Amino acid sequence: MFKSLFTQTGRYVLFMGKVFRRPEKWRMFARQFINESDKLIIDSIPLIALISIFIGAVLVIQTAGNMESPFIPKMYVGYMTRESLVLEFSSTMVCLILAGKMGSNISSEIGTMRITEQIDAMEMMGVNSANFLILPKLLSCTFLTPLLMLMSFILGIIGGYITVVLTEVINIADYVTGIRYWFIGFYVTYSCIKTAVFGFIIASISSFFGYYATGGSLGVGHSSTRAIVISSALILIFDLILTKLLL
Amino acid sequence: MIRIDHISKSFGDKRVLDDISTTFERGKCSLIIGSSGSGKTVMLKSIIGLHEPDSGEVWFDDVLFNSADENSRKRIRSQIGMLFQGSALFDFATAEQNVMFPLDFFTDMSYEEKLDRVNFCLHRVALENVNHKYPSELSGGMQKRVGIARAIALNPRYLFCDEPNSGLDPLTSIHIDRLIQEITREYDITTVINTHDMNSVLEIGDKITFIYQGQKKWEGSRDEIFDSDCRNLNDFVFASKMARQLKEHQK
Repeated sequence: MFKSLFTQTGRYVLFMGKVFRRPEKWRMFARQFINESDKLIIDSIPLIALISIFIGAVLVIQTAGNMESPFIPKMYVGYMTRESLVLEFSSTMVCLILAGKMGSNISSEIGTMRITEQIDAMEMMGVNSANFLILPKLLSCTFLTPLLMLMSFILGIIGGYITVVLTEVINIADYVTGIRYWFIGFYVTYSCIKTAVFGFIIASISSFFGYYATGGSLGVGHSSTRAIVISSALILIFDLILTKLLL
Repeated sequence: MIRIDHISKSFGDKRVLDDISTTFERGKCSLIIGSSGSGKTVMLKSIIGLHEPDSGEVWFDDVLFNSADENSRKRIRSQIGMLFQGSALFDFATAEQNVMFPLDFFTDMSYEEKLDRVNFCLHRVALENVNHKYPSELSGGMQKRVGIARAIALNPRYLFCDEPNSGLDPLTSIHIDRLIQEITREYDITTVINTHDMNSVLEIGDKITFIYQGQKKWEGSRDEIFDSDCRNLNDFVFASKMARQLKEHQK
């Protein structure tokens, strides 16, 4: 098991060495970057928006339900909703969801290209396939996933607000006061850093498993599953490490 | 001309290529034949560097390819066109974008010049009005043609085809074979084709190399194949009743 772990880690490092090269044609790289951003980030907006609104709404109801004590001001419902969203949900939970969506998308796409010899065709032409196919995905996921986090954070708060308006679980004024109470800007930075790291993990791990997929369509499915499982596990491990380092 | 000297390749304990030497000449269609699993594809991939041979040399004209530096390899590869067994067209690109891909990477042509070249190549393989179609919208034969168009886009000096007829009906197969032969003659290309299609052997095989269990067992022209006394070759080539009748007729 340890031998396999070291072998795979070594392969991953060599693979990253192949990915991080200067693009041969910047114009083609830019085109790929825009395409990948559209496919991976823009296409994820509806899913993340839907989940964030509902999670924000549920957080308000659950927090209010657990704060029945008259000694705790109701504005803490808004405060705790905001803190839960910015510290954990909009970064870690959203990235775990993205590990499923973007991870399977990336690993199955690259894996299919591998087994249908499309990657061989590129290598044959003298094109660095890892650089051409994967670097745009990697940069797009690393630098644009934080935007999804910010969107999720804002929509989560809006979801909570809608719930407050519709259910009157607490006063609107209390909710708004709580949202604005003791805001620490660094938490947003911390969350953005985490999301960027998670985006890198999702794209690189999924690409790695797709790139070395073997064994036909079954192998592609297998590599996709492994990519999601390992990305998710690494996201949780790095969540702990980054939290310890940054907070 | 391509020359291979004593190349061998193993995967684990299994020796897939065993000390094979041969030459492929310019302007001719050289065929590598053999049953499934005989090592044809590994041989082709070892020649073009997708597999590294364990020993032996691969020469592209006067360049020793398998020990060349990365830049020399890249230069040689830009002179190679390859048609893969499953066409290997990029799913994310239209037929036009597929043919334009090598031009985008290796030339500084303007978009109009590239488009002219793409249209010329597609016209050369008898394809019209497919520019904006994706590979999934094309038939198997059309995909092969787009694959050939992409392979010749950069005016290659060497053309490799891995089982160009697999999955095609006999008539389309003959069209593809003739197209490859015409292109080889027209552009004076060194063409190497992997096949186990006997029609191809008899139609376009200027030189035939027979591989059996990783070893070169026979080499000759398509006319000499009828007089060969190589048992493995005869078992392979004349396996069908029709082929045996043809051999009798030739005699």
